[in-house]
Amino acid sequence: MTEHISPPLDLSPPVSDEIRQTTCYMCACRCGINVHLKDGKVKYIEGNKAHPVNRGVLCAKGSAGIMQHTAPSRLRAPMKRTGPRGSGEFEEITWEEALTLAADWLGPIRESAPQKLAFFTGRDQSQSFTGWWAQQFGTPNYAAHGGFCSVNMAAAGIYTLGGAFWEFGAPDWERTKLFMIFGVAEDHDSNPIKMGLGRLKERGAKVIGVNPVRSGYNAIADEWVGITPGTDGLFILALVHELLKAGKIDVDYLCRTTNAPVLLDADGMFARDADGKELVWDRVTNSAQPFDKQGVKPALHGDFDGLTPVFGKLAERYLSDDYAPEAVAEQCGIPSDTIKRLAAELAQAAFEEEVVIDQPWTDFRGNRHDKMVGRPVSFHAMRGISAHSNGFQTCRALHMLQLLLGSVEVPGGFRFKPPYPKPVHAHPKPHAGVTPGKPLDGPHLGYPRGPEDLLIHDDGTARRIDKAFTWDAPMSAHGMMHMVISNAHAGDPYPVDVLFLYMANMAWNSSMNTKGVMEMLTDTNEDGSYRIPKIIYSDAYSSEMVAYADLILPDTTYLERHDCISLLDRPICEPEAVADSIRWPVVEPERPGHEGVRGFQTALIQLGVKLGLPGMVDADGNAIYKDYADYIVNHQRRPGIGPLAGFRGDGTESGRGAPNPNQIEAYKQNGGFWVEHLPEAAQFCKNVNMDYQQWAADMGFYPSDKPEPYLFQLYVEPMRKFQMAAEGKGDHQPPEHLRERLKIAMDPLPLWYAPYEETRIDVADFPLHALTQRPMAMYHSWGSQNAWLRQIHGRNPLYVSGDIWQEHGFKDGDWATLTSHHGEITVPVVRMDALNPKTVWTWNAIGKRKGAWALEPDAQEATKGFLLNHLIHELLPAKGDGLRWSNSDPVTGQAAWYDLRVRIARAAPRPQTAPDTGAQKNPVATGPDELEYGKEWT
Amino acid sequence: MTSLPQSTEKSLGLVIDLDTCVGCHACVVSCKEWNTGAYGAPLSDQDPYGADPSGTFLNRVHTFEVKQPEKPAQVVHFPKSCLHCTDAPCVTVCPTGASYKRVEDGIVLVNESDCIGCGLCAWACPYGAREMDQAEKVMKKCTLCVDRIYNDNIPEEDRVPSCVRTCPAGARHFGDLSDPESGVFKLVEERGGMDLMPEQGTKPVNKYLPPRPKTDTAPDLDVLGPLLAESTEGAGGFFGWLDRALDRI
Repeated sequence: MTEHISPPLDLSPPVSDEIRQTTCYMCACRCGINVHLKDGKVKYIEGNKAHPVNRGVLCAKGSAGIMQHTAPSRLRAPMKRTGPRGSGEFEEITWEEALTLAADWLGPIRESAPQKLAFFTGRDQSQSFTGWWAQQFGTPNYAAHGGFCSVNMAAAGIYTLGGAFWEFGAPDWERTKLFMIFGVAEDHDSNPIKMGLGRLKERGAKVIGVNPVRSGYNAIADEWVGITPGTDGLFILALVHELLKAGKIDVDYLCRTTNAPVLLDADGMFARDADGKELVWDRVTNSAQPFDKQGVKPALHGDFDGLTPVFGKLAERYLSDDYAPEAVAEQCGIPSDTIKRLAAELAQAAFEEEVVIDQPWTDFRGNRHDKMVGRPVSFHAMRGISAHSNGFQTCRALHMLQLLLGSVEVPGGFRFKPPYPKPVHAHPKPHAGVTPGKPLDGPHLGYPRGPEDLLIHDDGTARRIDKAFTWDAPMSAHGMMHMVISNAHAGDPYPVDVLFLYMANMAWNSSMNTKGVMEMLTDTNEDGSYRIPKIIYSDAYSSEMVAYADLILPDTTYLERHDCISLLDRPICEPEAVADSIRWPVVEPERPGHEGVRGFQTALIQLGVKLGLPGMVDADGNAIYKDYADYIVNHQRRPGIGPLAGFRGDGTESGRGAPNPNQIEAYKQNGGFWVEHLPEAAQFCKNVNMDYQQWAADMGFYPSDKPEPYLFQLYVEPMRKFQMAAEGKGDHQPPEHLRERLKIAMDPLPLWYAPYEETRIDVADFPLHALTQRPMAMYHSWGSQNAWLRQIHGRNPLYVSGDIWQEHGFKDGDWATLTSHHGEITVPVVRMDALNPKTVWTWNAIGKRKGAWALEPDAQEATKGFLLNHLIHELLPAKGDGLRWSNSDPVTGQAAWYDLRVRIARAAPRPQTAPDTGAQKNPVATGPDELEYGKEWT
Repeated sequence: MTSLPQSTEKSLGLVIDLDTCVGCHACVVSCKEWNTGAYGAPLSDQDPYGADPSGTFLNRVHTFEVKQPEKPAQVVHFPKSCLHCTDAPCVTVCPTGASYKRVEDGIVLVNESDCIGCGLCAWACPYGAREMDQAEKVMKKCTLCVDRIYNDNIPEEDRVPSCVRTCPAGARHFGDLSDPESGVFKLVEERGGMDLMPEQGTKPVNKYLPPRPKTDTAPDLDVLGPLLAESTEGAGGFFGWLDRALDRI
């Protein structure tokens, strides 16, 4: 027996030479991180405990930042294409050459036809800047990737509540007693949801997961509802039916904070007084009175001189037997008894377990309340309900459910984060007024109030290349990036000259119909020139899209750059605090032996200077901002309002204040962020709370600089305007072929209709649903270049339900061919029983093209990985009418990824998944055969 | 053969809540990044950008499906690292004394300078919790971040294993499981914390908190039962009820 020996150990080794605090960018969560540096090299990344988003925790992606920062796939220099598009053959050029070339392409366009530039950004966290740049250029063709992400969720939220789920709000994790989460795998808000779920578990609150797939959050849900894809709206409306039937709704809340009592005229428009204020019927005086008059006791149903309250219409619709649990159970794949019980559980938590906070506050009618009363039921939802062609109405239905329960902006419910909630009228309208040589006439994206705000020419053709804000998708608030390449290729509505993309892998996982898109990008005219003449792309890594561009502007990694996470953009606030943050170069962007990289935003400013864009050059043509950091500190949108709200003026001013030359230094000193808490009386009921409204106006959240109290919109009047147009009323009329669809889709009260794809095919031929989920340890394509993360998710089999597995006699190691109306893929399959029986699914964006991301050509992602995208077309199956019908939501244009229907058949195992999209040459470094990161420190 | 201490002054270990773990792998990667630059040899990766990458990880998350009759299938995420067993077979099997259990706190460690890379300990461990590093040919295992938990260079509140500090859902807990006053001891008591494979006789220090019983079929809550008082099926139907409700405001 060898005696055990405890050798002396150094239990207190120094961790690092220095800690630098910045903001993570391994996904969209934007956690605060402490980057430990030793010998100038990143040694360890941990969460920042003081940071409002993550309070010290960090996910797998965040901890793998070291491998992202050192990935061989990093671009090293600007590049000009030398081989054909898609080949990956490039020559490195200087920044001066690159910016001159870009300016040579863009300058003449700006002077003649600015719309010939289509500038679309992907996972851009600087949209308030990139949008401003595009506006100064003068093209109407700008948007980020929201159209193929979750715009249904965003737009339904804004039009209904004045804010969306996403990371714009959060459940009251400390008080909620029942939490229901729909259609979320890993999604916004990444770490806060995990932290919140942990807190709910600790507190013993019940978690209900509604999702066809029981992965991640749904795995720990106390109850899993394995719903059939595309039927969430029907399920929600059945819950509404039950709650109405049982009288389990918050009548007082509906009267005070929603437009339930607002009177509708015979056209279904709001009745208004001479001042334009919506009217309600006062039961005390038996007369129509403005909704905001102190002391009114509004009626919720009845007929008053031909005027009827919104709520009466609402109740009549959902009390109909069409929405009875028995009527929807089979379609939803949820037993009617379960629907009834879930409705009862919602009612139980909301009304029998009321939460009260002794905090006085004053509402906008001038009524003083001595406490805040809450309904401790909360909800969250994202892509799963959003990425369908009935997604907008489904998201609206969920918000209606929240309002009927009285659980928005109350203790225990769902709460917004400043500057939300914010009514539609405080948001811009969309703009597309082009004048050659001049800026656009206003911001590109916004929220149309009616048909008069559409961006169409007198002949009905679209002003924008993506056809956003047309009758095809009237409320496409985030644009429709997924249609840009297809439309540019078709020259419909017009051809473009330069396609300029940032951080969006459109030649791969970010496009529907990937193979088709690759062909569109390489398609030529008769003279051999490309159909889409010039493509500029900026990325930090050698993605698939890089190979399809003509000019590459290489971006930095997230540890090497300046950024601001701005209140003008998608802020990092908490329900009880306002906050923003920065990124700064915690390590220098060194690419020895190569020209080097620049933060995209800095490159864009430099390009703007070369083009002489207003706001970027002074009267003498000199640069106003030398780089993005300079812009962050000195740019002002309105006097005193800039990209960062903290440490303004002399360094003590918040919200408003003169530019502070030491602002970035102040952020660094403060851990990379700024946070300020809301007054106690302002923390709930924000839409009607004057303590909040005054504070928000003082902070500069509203263009009017005045309080903007408003009612939550159960009934959305702008939708009714579009619907009336479809009925033939008014000056602005839709094309005939869209009338019938708009009459349904633009219903001002939520409804459910079957997803479009399944109405255009023979469902018996394509009996299954197919979808993707995002793994928690990966963020789209970015994870595959990461030596650590690709060991966790390097393959993505197709998961097949037990029922399908048995029906087709699958065995371990089998492959299958999956066929949609559009295409076919052949891939490995694995059985999974915690899955809706009619559904197959796989992880999102694991498959890679050979040669991309500096992986070896035989990388498992390229041989065994695959994309479901090949099965999904950007257009619906043709109807024979000669028209191109987008595979999108008819309200917002949201890409309907999850409408996909397929059939499955066994296939022989093979060495390579199909289709094989060929290979691209790797234009960057190759990785080592072995890694021993940190060896010098051990 | 190497002997184990008769007793240890503390039993430091992890309590992992399987009811809360969402399987995000945060602990896996945080462990990797800390330990590749900390105690002993780095945690290497082979073929990191190639066909079949593999590397040394001291902590991994496994995912299982649990099928039950008449109930929906369940998915369990199961993080696994060294359990710092009281009767650690990996120590007693070690021919050189390289594997040992610390008297001070019960942490099982490998003294890498004495490790000959024979792999007997990995064979003896019933949990598969040890990994031979393919570059350095030494045995790697969870150290409970012994170079963090006593480290004067780290703020006191952060002197916990890297996996515990990073866990977003708060599913991982660290402490002295021999101390009835410790948070982890109490958690184990309250939640019925379990040994992994107790039949192996290893007496693991780490404990797992089992998933709470799922309420996939919850106690019968009948809309027309306890909530009947508000039923709208009476006089005047729904709108009659609505008027009465408005009058009560």
